[in-house]
Amino acid sequence: METVAVSDMGLALANIILLTILFVVGIAIARLRSLFAIVMLSGVYSLVSATWFVMLDAVDVAFTEAAVGAGLSTALLLGGMLLTSRTAKAEKPFARLAPFIVVLATGAILIYASVDLPALGDPDSPVNTGVGREYLERHYGEMGFPNVVTSILASYRGFDTLGETAVVFTAGLAVALLLGFGERSLAESIRKGGRK
Amino acid sequence: MNLLLASSAAALLIAIVLMLIRTLLGPTLYDRVLAVNSFGTMTVLLLGLLGFAMGRPDFLDIALLYSLINFVSTIAILKFFRYRSFQVSLSRRVPAPKEGS
Repeated sequence: METVAVSDMGLALANIILLTILFVVGIAIARLRSLFAIVMLSGVYSLVSATWFVMLDAVDVAFTEAAVGAGLSTALLLGGMLLTSRTAKAEKPFARLAPFIVVLATGAILIYASVDLPALGDPDSPVNTGVGREYLERHYGEMGFPNVVTSILASYRGFDTLGETAVVFTAGLAVALLLGFGERSLAESIRKGGRK
Repeated sequence: MNLLLASSAAALLIAIVLMLIRTLLGPTLYDRVLAVNSFGTMTVLLLGLLGFAMGRPDFLDIALLYSLINFVSTIAILKFFRYRSFQVSLSRRVPAPKEGS
């Protein structure tokens, strides 16, 4: 019993530290003017939040966050920086007041909504009383993956996932066809036009 | 065993905070690139440690994925600095792009 309490304390402490790091990085992203530092910090933000997702046992979300947030979007943001300038313009003193109020209001609404959520791992919550229990009981015998989310996404809903992948691939292909690559492409002409 | 895990976790967290400070302050861009790369390495180590601390050694798979992503994104960033573009082959030397063409 005591070891459980100690490990819970450790997990809570690690959660607090990770969330503090996220908070500091978020404030720094909002304050900095050098776009390159902001891109680097957003990569750090993704890595830390992916670690936090792993601690919350959302392994699949952590995978996606690490691949998209830390890997792909850093490269995309750098590419976007290539087309524009290297530093953000200085803002007027009160220009950020309205966004700040919007952020505060959204945060207050989210906190208000989170009060009604069932506790983590509550057996009586709607998540655990419907078909979820059926999946939890049967997935390992039928599929053999240790992770229930993987067996649902890749096996029970395999065709659905295949369709989603096809949609995302088509969207990426369309963007690549519109922008193009090489000397005469739209991306190149934007880059040249931006340089003058 | 527990003391070992806790002390290594504490050391890793201190290292992460130090890397974070370097990323925030870093005077040159290369400081920041290096700090973010080390930050990724610390994250990989922390994930492996967490896997064993929580009794789920399969977290090592995720740590492996992180280290791969970390490597690729560092290469991408450095390539961006070297060539100002991602559309350059790394295997051969190319002449610098002509200005005003």
